Amino acid sequence: MPSFVMVEKCDGCKAQDKTACQYICPHDLMTLDRERMKAYNQEPDQCWECYNCVKICPQQAIEVRGYADFFPLGASVIPMRGQDAIMWTVKFRNGSIKRFKFPIRLTPEGYWKADNIYEGLPEPDYSKIKGPGYFNYEARKE
Amino acid sequence: MEKETCTFSYCQKPEVVEVDTDLLIIGGGMAACGAAFEACRWATPKGLKVTMVDKAATDRSGAVAMGLSAINTYIGENKVEDYVRYVRADLMGIIREDLVYDLGRHVDNSVHMFEEWGLPIWKKSDDGWSLDGFQARDQGKPKLKDGGVPCRSGKWQIMINGESYKVIVAEAGKAALEYNRKALNIPQNHFERVFIVKLIKDAKDSNRVAGAVGFSVRENKVYVFKAKAILNASGGAVNVFRPRSTREGQGRAWYPVWNSGSGYYLGMSVGAELTMMENRFVPARFKDGYGPVGAWFLFFKATASDALGNDYCAKDTPEFQDAVKKYGKWAEALGTAIRNHLMMQAMKQGRGPILMNTHTAMQELAKQMDPKRLKHLEAEAWEDFLDMCISQAGLWAANNVEPDKVSSEIMPTEPYLLGSHAGCAGFWVSGPGDIPGAPAEWFWGYNRMSTVKGLFMAGDIVGASGHKFSSGSHAEGRIAAKAAIAFILDDAGYTPELAANVDELVAEMYLPFEIYEKYKTYSTDPAINPFYIRPNMYQARLQKIADEYFGGIGTWYMTSKTMIEEGLRKLQLLKEDAARLAASNLHELLRCWENYHRTLSLEAHARHILFREESRYPGYYYRGDFDFVDDNNWRAFINSVYDPATDTFTLKKVPYVQIIPD
Repeated sequence: MPSFVMVEKCDGCKAQDKTACQYICPHDLMTLDRERMKAYNQEPDQCWECYNCVKICPQQAIEVRGYADFFPLGASVIPMRGQDAIMWTVKFRNGSIKRFKFPIRLTPEGYWKADNIYEGLPEPDYSKIKGPGYFNYEARKE
Repeated sequence: MEKETCTFSYCQKPEVVEVDTDLLIIGGGMAACGAAFEACRWATPKGLKVTMVDKAATDRSGAVAMGLSAINTYIGENKVEDYVRYVRADLMGIIREDLVYDLGRHVDNSVHMFEEWGLPIWKKSDDGWSLDGFQARDQGKPKLKDGGVPCRSGKWQIMINGESYKVIVAEAGKAALEYNRKALNIPQNHFERVFIVKLIKDAKDSNRVAGAVGFSVRENKVYVFKAKAILNASGGAVNVFRPRSTREGQGRAWYPVWNSGSGYYLGMSVGAELTMMENRFVPARFKDGYGPVGAWFLFFKATASDALGNDYCAKDTPEFQDAVKKYGKWAEALGTAIRNHLMMQAMKQGRGPILMNTHTAMQELAKQMDPKRLKHLEAEAWEDFLDMCISQAGLWAANNVEPDKVSSEIMPTEPYLLGSHAGCAGFWVSGPGDIPGAPAEWFWGYNRMSTVKGLFMAGDIVGASGHKFSSGSHAEGRIAAKAAIAFILDDAGYTPELAANVDELVAEMYLPFEIYEKYKTYSTDPAINPFYIRPNMYQARLQKIADEYFGGIGTWYMTSKTMIEEGLRKLQLLKEDAARLAASNLHELLRCWENYHRTLSLEAHARHILFREESRYPGYYYRGDFDFVDDNNWRAFINSVYDPATDTFTLKKVPYVQIIPD
C-alpha cells in the first residue's frame, strides 16, 4: 500500500540505532509504531515505489503491493541488494518468474572518505577561481 | 476569517538551533552533492565552512533517489555547440545559450568522476555489442576518461548500471563535507531531515541573502542558518497539477513526488528574478507506471504508433501540416512538445491507445543475435525499468506483459515544473561572462548567482537552461559552488545579520501546530473541522485549480486569459486559507509547508502563461486565445519578480539573444 511491512518479520529495528526504513525514505513516509515496535507507511498515496525501504530493510520485512487503482493483483517485484550487485525476482500474475542480476557499483560501499576523496587530484588554483573549469578540470575548448 | 497567530499557547515551543556557516547548500540531490564536492576543495584551505541541509537522507534524496538507467548528458565525441542547438530546438527556441554552452563544456568531468567513484558505465565491446559494468571491467575496457567507448542510446545519452547512482554520488559529496568538517574542526556540517521553509535577507543590505530557516522533521527543533552565501539546489514542483491517478497511484508521479516547488519558493521568498516559469514538461510515458521511454525509442529503436499502426508524427499528415501552420519552424523540428501535440491529435480523434511497439523492436533485434545475446538484451530491457522506475516492471508483470510479444500503451502525463530535465522553468542567473556574443548584462560578477546578492542557484531551478539531467545538475552544482566560494572570498569582511526576528520566524513556522492544537477538540473527528484545512485536502484543492484553470489534463492542457484570471481568483482564496493549515505532527508540518511552496510555484507558472500571448509549448499547454507560436513578438524571455511583502508579481519581456548560429 504501496510499500507494506510484514508483521511477522518487522522487529522495529530494535537492535539498530535507528529504524532503517524511516531513515531512508525520501518522502518521510515510513514511521515506527512505538507501541507495537512495527514500522508502517503513514501516507501510502504519496509513495513513489522507489523501493529504498525494501532494499534497506535488514529483516526483508518490506515489499510493495502495486497501486490498487491500476495494478491487477498477483505480481511482485523483489530486490536483493548486495555489496556490488542487485538481484531482482519478477513474478508475473500468471506465475511465471524472471530473475535478473545487475552491477550496482565497482568500488566497495563506503570507500570514499575525507582522507581519500581528493587523493591524486590537483590543489585548487585560486588565480582561476573566477574563470571556467573546476579545481581538477579545464573546461572544454573547441 | 480572523488571522491566527502562534503564541505557543497550545503547541510546544521548539528548541532553536543556530548554525553559522560560510556557504550553505540547500538540497541533497545531484546538484547539491556536486556543489559539496567542488566547494569543499576550494573552501577548506581558506578556512571557509561548507554546510549542507537536506530534507531527506542524502544517500537517497533528490530526483535520482531510485536510480537511473542512463546519463542523459555526456558530450564526449560531440561538439558543445551542437548540444546548445539540440537544447534550443527541443525547448522551442528560447534558452540562455551562455548557460547551456557553459554546462556543456563542464559536464563530462562530472561523468568521469562518477566512473572514478565506482558507477558502472556500459561500454562497447570489440564487436559493437554492449557490455555492462562488470563485463567491461572484466574485459579490461578503459574508463571514459581514458578513451573507453560508452554505449550511446542517443547522441547525448549513455547507458549505465545505475541502481546505486545516487548512493555513489552522495558518498563523494558526504566525504567532501567530512573533509571540510575535519579540517576546520566543525561538529556538524551535514543536516539531514531538516526542511528549509524560507530564506532571510540581510538586515543591512536589502538585496542580499543572509540566512535560511527551517525545522527538523524528526524532533521538536527549529534551525536558523546564517551564511555568507547560499546555494539553492532544491528541486522543481511535482503534484502541483491534478495527476491522472488520484488515489494511491498519485504517488507514482513521473518526476519525484517529493519535489514540492521548494527550490522556486525559496528564491521567491527573497525576491530573486524568475525566468520562463511558463515552461512546463508533460512527458509521454508508459501509461500509469510512467516508465521511461527514452531507451526504448533510442536504444532499442522502437517505434510508437496509434492503435491502427499509423506513425502519428509522420510529416505527410494533415495534423503535422496544421502544426507547422500554427507553430512554424519549431514544429518542423519535431521536438518533444510537438510530438506530444501530434500524439494528442491522434488521441482526440479516437485513434488511441497510443502504442510503443516494443515487440517489433525486440523481434528485429533478435534476428541479429544468438540466444545468449538475446538473454542479455532482455535483461537490458528490464533493467531500464528496474534501475529507475520499478513500478513499471511490476505493472508489466501484473498485466502479464512480455515486451517482446506485445506492445505497451504510452500516454502524456500531468504537467511538471522543472528546469533540469526537458523543461526550463527557473531563476534568471548570471552567466559565466566569457562566452563570446553573450550580452554584458547577462553577467553580474558570479556565475549562477541570482539577482539576489549571495544567492546562487543550480540544478532544477536554473531557468532557460534545460536538458542538464543528472550529470548536468551535478556539473552545475560544481560551477555555482566554485563561484559562491569566489564571492565569499571577495567579501571576507561580511558578517550576515538576519533582517527578521527569530522568535517571529519560529512562531510562523509552527503556526499549523498551534492551529491544530487550538481547535482539534471542537469536532468529534479532527479531520473535519471548520477552523482549519489539513495539508492533504489543501493539496487536492490546489491541484483542482491548476488542472481546471491553468491547462491540466482535464482540459487537454488548454487555457486562456479568462480561464487563468478565474483560476488566480480561486488561488488567492487558497493562499489566504494557507494561513489556516493545520498539522498534528512533524510529518504533517512538512506537508503544510511543502504545499505552500507548491502554491507559489504554481502562481508564478500561471502568471507567466498569462503574460505570454502565444502558445510557445504546444503539447505542453495551449492558450486557446493565442493558439500559435509568434516568434516576431514572443521569441523572448519572460522574467518576473515576486514581492513577498505585497504578495505581487511584476513581469517583463527580456530580448532573446542567439549566440550559436542555426
